[in-house]
Amino acid sequence: MHYSGFHLLKQALTGNRGWTRAWRNPEPKKQYDVIIIGGGGHGLATAYYLARLHGITNVAVLEKGYIGGGNTGRNTTIVRSNYMLNPNSQFYEHSMKLWEGLSQDLNYNVMFSQRGVLNLIHSDAQRDGFARRGNTMRLNGVDAVMHNLEGVKKLMPHLDFSKNTRFPVQGGLAQPRGGTARHDAVAWGYARGADRLGVDIIQKCEVTGIKRDGDRIVGVETSRGFIGAGQVGVAVAGNSSRVFDMVGMKLPIESHVLQAFVTEGIKPLVDTVCTFGAGHFYISQSDKGGLVFGGDIDGWNTYAQRGNLPTFNHVVAGGVTMMPCLARLRVLRQWGGVMDMSMDGTPIIGKTSIDNLYMNGGWCYGGFKATPASGWVFAHTIAHDKPHALNAEFTLERFREGNMIDEKGVGASPKAH
Amino acid sequence: MLRIECPWCGIRNEDEFSYGGDASVQRPTDDASQDDWYDYVYTRNNPAGRHSEYWHHANGCRAWIKVERDTVSHEIFSVTPASPNLPSGNRED
Repeated sequence: MHYSGFHLLKQALTGNRGWTRAWRNPEPKKQYDVIIIGGGGHGLATAYYLARLHGITNVAVLEKGYIGGGNTGRNTTIVRSNYMLNPNSQFYEHSMKLWEGLSQDLNYNVMFSQRGVLNLIHSDAQRDGFARRGNTMRLNGVDAVMHNLEGVKKLMPHLDFSKNTRFPVQGGLAQPRGGTARHDAVAWGYARGADRLGVDIIQKCEVTGIKRDGDRIVGVETSRGFIGAGQVGVAVAGNSSRVFDMVGMKLPIESHVLQAFVTEGIKPLVDTVCTFGAGHFYISQSDKGGLVFGGDIDGWNTYAQRGNLPTFNHVVAGGVTMMPCLARLRVLRQWGGVMDMSMDGTPIIGKTSIDNLYMNGGWCYGGFKATPASGWVFAHTIAHDKPHALNAEFTLERFREGNMIDEKGVGASPKAH
Repeated sequence: MLRIECPWCGIRNEDEFSYGGDASVQRPTDDASQDDWYDYVYTRNNPAGRHSEYWHHANGCRAWIKVERDTVSHEIFSVTPASPNLPSGNRED
């Protein structure tokens, strides 16, 4: 079913009884050309681009839970491409360009809203650093605007601009093309798009083992039986270590929980995405009116999709310092997602030491904005059995070779963003 | 909120401690191979289940401790001094 204004009108006039399921619920076949483990945004996008751009349609996406139940639905929906280092800058900008046409491409409204992303500056050194980043972005063809204090006051009038605040705002670096998208719609849109091209999306199908024959993978054991595969792509960020443990591979990754929060719905207050520069806090306002915000990971290994009070306190303290009026609001919802924290803060997308096994993981807590490009380059990598130029440097071997992509510049740490 | 029983101070809230990471990682000898050093610096077992980890009682007695904890249920099985050279704790229950 193709969605259109005409179709919407027709359904409205006929009691909305003609809507069909957005994707099928098929039984798994015995064999697929490609199996994607993980039905999150990245796995679904991979399947979609495999079918749409590479003509590979005999594809299954295996999801242990339900579509939209994992990290795709557990983030703060921010989209930006304000990176400085070379492979990141080009990769995330490619993602941004895909976002800009995504609703049309998928025939599904992902509610992508380019409301801008503003990073606040609180010190001279930070202004120098941000100016350097902004200039690098512009040289790479990414939009960036430096704002002085007056500019920030226009964009975010409710920040604490008083003289006695602990971290006075001096300015900000904005990416006007950044913004937010509706996270569930991204998963649903890619699922529907892939399904329409013939991809089988199999929910409640947990992979419990990976079967090898010599140097090659022949298929996966699942909670719904064995399924054969010519190639297997793993896009299970949060659980990459567990899946790769099935083939005896140890990854440069730790799993940590990241929390996100939503307040009660209020009238429009924040019409851009704003991040605090003196702590770790980011905020935007959803179309329903709730303020959506988050901060640091909880900071210790966990696979539990729930957060803990100390980090909540820490995040809110940062938020209230930046924007005191937040203290009057009640937090309605809180959730936690399990993150693959890689050792340089950058994802891993590419081939592995096993010929027909491919990895897409290590997203730290920046995976949502990457969804379109992640699927796009991963599909290319699987279809051509070699990475695209955009993900050629996101290898698993870079740690061994000393070619880390360390955007934060802090060395080997599973806590880099 | 984790509640960690420091061998010296008793049960304290998680926010008195800072996390020191996987305690099963062993520093290789100086002449160890490149692979051993790669493993030491970068790779982790990252299990879903029982995990041995270091914590620093930073806002307490400032001792390093070793905690056995489940990374799914968060149940803590044992807390011991990080170094075998330290006394086993002088707290009397």
